[in-house]
Amino acid sequence: MSDFDSGFWSIYVQGLTALSILFCAYILYANTIKKESGPVETHGNVWDEDLAEYNNPLPSWWMWLFWITIVFSVVYLAVYPGFGNNAGVFKWSSVESAPGEKDGQYYKEMRAADQKYGPIFEKYAKMDLKAVAADPEARAMGERLFLTYCAQCHGSAAQGAKGFPNLTDSDWLYGGEPEVIKTTITGGRNGVMPPFGHLGADTIKDVANYVRSLSGLANDGLRAQRGKDVFAQNCAACHGPEGKGMFALGAPNLTDKVWLYGSSEATIAETVTGGRSNRMPAFEEFLGDAKVHLLSAYVLGLSSGAK
Amino acid sequence: MAGPNKHEFIEKNVGWMIILIIVTVAIGGLVEIVPLFFQKSTTTPVAGLKPYDPVRLAGRDIYIREGCYNCHSQMIRPFRAETERYGHYSVAGEFVYDHPFQWGSKRTGPDLARVGERYSDQWHRVHLLNPRDVVPESNMPAYYWLDRPVYAGDIEAKMTALTKVGVPYSAEEIAGAKKALEGKTEIEVLIAYLQGMGTQLKSVK
Repeated sequence: MSDFDSGFWSIYVQGLTALSILFCAYILYANTIKKESGPVETHGNVWDEDLAEYNNPLPSWWMWLFWITIVFSVVYLAVYPGFGNNAGVFKWSSVESAPGEKDGQYYKEMRAADQKYGPIFEKYAKMDLKAVAADPEARAMGERLFLTYCAQCHGSAAQGAKGFPNLTDSDWLYGGEPEVIKTTITGGRNGVMPPFGHLGADTIKDVANYVRSLSGLANDGLRAQRGKDVFAQNCAACHGPEGKGMFALGAPNLTDKVWLYGSSEATIAETVTGGRSNRMPAFEEFLGDAKVHLLSAYVLGLSSGAK
Repeated sequence: MAGPNKHEFIEKNVGWMIILIIVTVAIGGLVEIVPLFFQKSTTTPVAGLKPYDPVRLAGRDIYIREGCYNCHSQMIRPFRAETERYGHYSVAGEFVYDHPFQWGSKRTGPDLARVGERYSDQWHRVHLLNPRDVVPESNMPAYYWLDRPVYAGDIEAKMTALTKVGVPYSAEEIAGAKKALEGKTEIEVLIAYLQGMGTQLKSVK
């Protein structure tokens, strides 16, 4: 597709292209000499007393190769776009032959793939997530999708990383119900813990020790005791009075052994002081419902294996 | 046979030889490159495309300084294998404010043309400082020195230079550029650049 500002540019391209091809043809023609019988002429230059060069014509197969390139260029420009505004006999285009016309090679490829794979996606899209999770073919498809779109944060074995949840355990920030997993992938999540730096370093150390005590980790008993009230006033709103977390807010359960950012006193203090902010991107727009469905089932299958 | 005489003339007059070689070599560029400057699809920005604000512009310079283009392209070709992974194929109108463009020519890492909003800011931060922290298999180098203040001394000059090649910055935008970079670190501006990449055509199916 060409969309020049003015008709001049099409003529400019056509003119220069045609002239170049004609010029090449002229050069070939002008340099074609017939081999004559009799003694061969030399170029007329003599080096080192008696060294001269014969002026034989180029081999004819060589000349023919040049002529073939000229024929090829003329045929190519006739059938494919390239000669100014000329669309070519095949009307080929990579994407669009005109703005909005989805008729190019790319769209043909996409339609062919839709026809081939569409029914498979459709079959699983209609099935219940638990049933899809149990299907080996769907699981293989889900794994390939996961490795392409999810592994960058959650890891290729879905093992997670610091700040990015492990999906193979049975611990969930927003809930592990099939539909909740799908909602998470569809719309994404914004995980925000506000900073509590204003509490002061010493108080934060107290809270950190109390938080460690919740999951039975080694802690300073006196500090933990002091931190309990601070926790009730500042943290319980999201993490719950017992620190068991809250799915609605994505607030982690602090009483289990699973830590998103780390369980050392220093790391917990860092989390409380500066807060944490991370995001799971929404995938519905990019992937569409059918793929999100397969991915949800795959993620569901990962964790039910761990139970 | 007119050939040999002209041949001799060109061979024995180096000045003419140089001129004729330049003309011959220039034809390709004149036909294939020059008309692109006068084509709507290559000169009209896509809907929603804005010139880089000072923060993203500074981030872009760090992208160039660190040589990201050596391993990452910014050009999604119109093949299913690429659009399934990266999103809508790239179009020329997305790059009208890129001077120079960062299309790249080699993918050791993935294409970045539509990396904007694909990951969280936090992910980029961890990943740039040490990619292995989030992607254990990654062979990308760690850019651990990026967490330092960004140099803002020449941002106004850069923006002024860009106006000379057609980027429509206003005088106020240029005047406020230094302020916009105040207190920013290199990693912050680089992430701002990455998060804005290719978002105009993101939702186009």
